Amino acid sequence: MAETVLKEIIPPVTEVQRAPLWRRIWEAVQLPALALFTAFVVGGFIIALSDFKVLEALADTISRLNPLGYALLILTVMVLIGGVLISRRPEVILRRLRFAGTGRQSRWFNIIAVLLTIAAVIVLLVVIGFGPVLALAWSAVTGAYGALIEGSLGNPAQIVTALQSGDSRAIALAFYPISESLVASTPYIFAGLAVALGFRCGLFNIGAEGQLFIGALTSVFVGYSVTGLPAILHIPLALGAGALGGALWGFVPGFLKARVGAHEVINTIMMNYIAFRLSEWLLNGPMKRPGAVPVSPFIEASAQLPRFFPDPIRFHLGFFIALGVAVFIWWFLFKSKWGFEIRTVGANPSAARYAGMNIALNIILAMSMSGALAGLAGANEVLGVNYNLANAFSSGYGFDSIALALLGRSHPFGVVLAALLFGTLRSGGTRMQNVAQIPIDIIIVVQALVIAFIAAPGIIRAIYRIVKPGEGEVVFTRGWGR
Amino acid sequence: MATTTAVQTPRYTPAQLAAMAERRRHRIIGTIMVLLGFAGLVLFANNADPAAVSTFGLNTGRTAVIRLGDLVVPTQATVIALSSLCLFIGGYQIIRGFGKSTNAVFGLIILFFIASFLVWATGDKSINLAAMINSTLLRAVPLTLGALSGVMSERAGVVNIAIEGMMLSGALVATITGSLAGSLWVGVAGAVLTGVLLSLFHAVLSIRYKVDQIISGTVINIFSVGITSFISAKFLSEFPRLNNPGIFRSEPVPLLSAIPILGPIFFDNNFFVYAMFALLIVVHVALFYTRWGLRTRAVGEHPKAADTLGINVFRTRYTAVLLSGALAGFAGAYFTLGSVGRFDEGMTAGRGFIALAAMIFGNWTPFGAFGAALIFGFADSLQSRLAILNVPIPSQFLLMAPYIATMIALAGLIGRTTPPAADGKPYEKQ
Repeated sequence: MAETVLKEIIPPVTEVQRAPLWRRIWEAVQLPALALFTAFVVGGFIIALSDFKVLEALADTISRLNPLGYALLILTVMVLIGGVLISRRPEVILRRLRFAGTGRQSRWFNIIAVLLTIAAVIVLLVVIGFGPVLALAWSAVTGAYGALIEGSLGNPAQIVTALQSGDSRAIALAFYPISESLVASTPYIFAGLAVALGFRCGLFNIGAEGQLFIGALTSVFVGYSVTGLPAILHIPLALGAGALGGALWGFVPGFLKARVGAHEVINTIMMNYIAFRLSEWLLNGPMKRPGAVPVSPFIEASAQLPRFFPDPIRFHLGFFIALGVAVFIWWFLFKSKWGFEIRTVGANPSAARYAGMNIALNIILAMSMSGALAGLAGANEVLGVNYNLANAFSSGYGFDSIALALLGRSHPFGVVLAALLFGTLRSGGTRMQNVAQIPIDIIIVVQALVIAFIAAPGIIRAIYRIVKPGEGEVVFTRGWGR
Repeated sequence: MATTTAVQTPRYTPAQLAAMAERRRHRIIGTIMVLLGFAGLVLFANNADPAAVSTFGLNTGRTAVIRLGDLVVPTQATVIALSSLCLFIGGYQIIRGFGKSTNAVFGLIILFFIASFLVWATGDKSINLAAMINSTLLRAVPLTLGALSGVMSERAGVVNIAIEGMMLSGALVATITGSLAGSLWVGVAGAVLTGVLLSLFHAVLSIRYKVDQIISGTVINIFSVGITSFISAKFLSEFPRLNNPGIFRSEPVPLLSAIPILGPIFFDNNFFVYAMFALLIVVHVALFYTRWGLRTRAVGEHPKAADTLGINVFRTRYTAVLLSGALAGFAGAYFTLGSVGRFDEGMTAGRGFIALAAMIFGNWTPFGAFGAALIFGFADSLQSRLAILNVPIPSQFLLMAPYIATMIALAGLIGRTTPPAADGKPYEKQ
């Protein structure tokens, strides 16, 4: 009934002129891509400026500057400021040059101005004597990002030689980075879907981390306490337990939001910490394996998600389950009545109420499903990777998933792509830390910047001078007000 | 399908409904009081050894001018007395009600309950009560300062869930600038400046770009975790002398610190404790007794009306958010300069969120937040002493208490918390 009413209010989509497919894809992708690019550029500056060799060379060069050098340095700064100003307001300059351009022309002018400014600044810096510093900075950044890529995707030459040699051990080692990236992506897909589903209903689920913990707790419990089941029953049972635990943890804030209007952000944050303490207690007490370390017993072999290749390749069935769940969530959100109601409640609660939808029920449903997805992420880690549960095992999958859902524009397929990216970043970051001595935390900084740029498209549009598209912004959440 | 929208005539006027809700709330509070009394009798008095005595030390072991003997009370009798008092007052609350002083009485009952718990837990043991109250106060310092930060910005209508991130960054910058300059005051200034810079980012995103304030706060939280861990792993582990600022020592206030019991607890502390009390009063007076405060609150409640009256909504919000950042940065400095004397990764450990909880629990008022921070600080200080006492409660449950209490408070079980009406909504000038 809800759909019929809405169809009367909203004009059918077919009347709107739709842009060609490539153009729509480009418009959907350009902002996240530019946000990612910008975040990595800023991350590169942080890497370069925190490199000891770069800092030493910088101090050395500055100490040897002569007056001419200082003058040139001031000139460089002026060129930089001038270039930025020109590229900000190309229309003014074009009009001065009697070159009344259309928008397209001024955009090209803008790009050329930026490139020229960068080139001029680099040339000037090299002339002054900052050449070695720039070279060191460049090698620091490329070294770090190179290690990141190699650590996440593997070394192409190594893969080729391994394939040619036909040695199974060498092939396994060559493909190990890719496998690890996919393994790291799997919980990201679940957790990202959890946050994205919340966004679609206008709910901000910061509690994915806590729901993930509870999901891991319940599924590991079913994993080790239930014995004698065949794998075909035990795996779904353990996964279901994880989903149920997470759903419970999502249900409580959803219920409180729907019944008394308590804001879900506060409640999910509180539930996070309750979950951390609860798991700390369980792993130190009732669920502790005999021994000194607070860790749960190992799960039964029948509850382990099967792996497809011999060790050390840890790639497991969970990845395909995650893809299946993503397709299901896509169907649920965009093709089912339930999803339609959830999206309507998220986009416009008043319209939803007017159309006779049950807002409270939809909020509770969305939060519970969101929690269930996050719980699956935890269950997946326990059943597919660790086979047991250690204290503080997650290290932030739930928190990263906020960035991920935003980057994927809260669309299940976007989330999968973003999860693959984050998974590669996470597994590559470890190698970057070992090889290039860049702390893995730089990835967290990049993620924070990505969220900022995606959430404030005005910044990216201002930097790259992109005209705002006609479509409305996605509603993320609302304020405390009820 | 048939439309079944029958027009219902309201049976009660809004005023009557409000009065009914108030009566129901009073009855619920009375019931909770009675339940607390029963819980005291059943859980504590029932399990206590009749011959046991509880011993409480009353000296902090520092500059006590007058040393007092220990306070020794019979365990079971005291618990029974306190619990009966809870029952009696609760019964009176259900039947007659305390009217406007209900909340204060409820606070007293909670105090009684905690006291009876303590007396029971110390049965045949001894605990230093003065030291415990003092550590409660110390643990409440960052929570109170963080909550003040939240009050400041949310009263102007900008949600600040980035207190945690600002505190963490403030703690790191405090240790670096303090070590480099060799002066604790420079460290404090650095922390405050960091808080201001981060809150400027928050303000620009949420006021100028109208980004969802929760997302903008989340950005700061995540960014702070990343950048502090990055700098700590890259620089502080390489150059340990960057992480050695020293700490503010306790400085007893002349005369006042000589008061028995209270003196050593309240007037023999370091700079941050005194600053907390001062800021508490300053923020309270500024928000509720000055023209600036009235305007700030007006902007938080109804920005359009404030704008119509000629108040610059954007500037007011910027000021409030920047002040909020300064307070959060200052709270961060406490962790390194007032407590441990060095920075450790993730050392705030969620205290920014407990501060947020204290703010909500305290109903967006400075002194309410201080009271909540004291309760949360007590839970924290108690769990660290559980090992000494024979209490069959895992310490994790005490650590959970602030979070559960906040959820209950937010759910309106004990009375509604009322956030500023325009909290979290970007203002669009027309």
